[in-house]
Amino acid sequence: MPTPDSDHVMLAPDDEALLLDRLRAGDEDAFEALVARHSSAMLAAARMYVKTDAAAEDVVQDAWLGVLKGLARFEARSSLKTWIIRIVVNIARTRGAREARSVPFSSLATGADEAAVAPDRFRPPGGAFPGHWNSYPRDWRSLPEDSLVQLETTRAVLREIGRLPGAQQAVIRLRDVEGWTAAEVCAALDLTDGNQRVLLHRARSRVRGALERHFDG
Amino acid sequence: MAEHAEHITCQEVVELVTDYLEGGLPAAEVSLFEQHILFCEGCRTYLEQMRLTVSTVGRLDTGDVPDQLRDRLLSAFRDWKRP
Repeated sequence: MPTPDSDHVMLAPDDEALLLDRLRAGDEDAFEALVARHSSAMLAAARMYVKTDAAAEDVVQDAWLGVLKGLARFEARSSLKTWIIRIVVNIARTRGAREARSVPFSSLATGADEAAVAPDRFRPPGGAFPGHWNSYPRDWRSLPEDSLVQLETTRAVLREIGRLPGAQQAVIRLRDVEGWTAAEVCAALDLTDGNQRVLLHRARSRVRGALERHFDG
Repeated sequence: MAEHAEHITCQEVVELVTDYLEGGLPAAEVSLFEQHILFCEGCRTYLEQMRLTVSTVGRLDTGDVPDQLRDRLLSAFRDWKRP
């Protein structure tokens, strides 16, 4: 529903081809619209390889320069967001390898060996009903209605996501915050289906744990 | 788990939740999982907690581009435009 003076602000995602044409023509509003639309996924992806938000921002800046340079070569039949994230990943990977010599690849650990729920929440082996809950988790639907949308809850979630190892952070942000499909995340971040799922599992389990601590005190 | 495939424990259920929600469990394990959920209130609640976790994360505001980054990008764009 573009109107003559608002069409650079209100664009549906399928107007991306139009935005790209305008970007090629040097239109700054088109650039801003694309930056607003894609930067948070770019920052998320960068965190897979670099350790700080500041380093991720540097990567995103370099990536946008790469996007501008590659614009002429970009073919619209591949997805724009996947192409952009591939550029981010290539830059972040190079920078991450340089940055992380002392603790190589720690952020790439899947955390597959970590338990989703602390083992002491379950009955020990050898007794009755081993591996069953000591006491059931709390039914969050019995919490006051707005508990999950309160600012404090949101903050607890953001804090926990910020503490996750880089690869888990990248996956949960792209999947659950940005709403990407598993296939899109695998393609963009070079992950196997299995690894993507392990990273998502670890990340979601930890955020669930943070919410539980937040609600149970 | 496969050796005594007639049931799975709660401790196993919490590790299979994401595979289950993602449709990544083999059919045989799906039925073990669902059977467990049917009879175990604790794991039903846990599964619901995971669903609520996903929807809560999904409501996070991805936020605006940090101002400083946005400014840097715009000036880089202007440099790019000016050959």
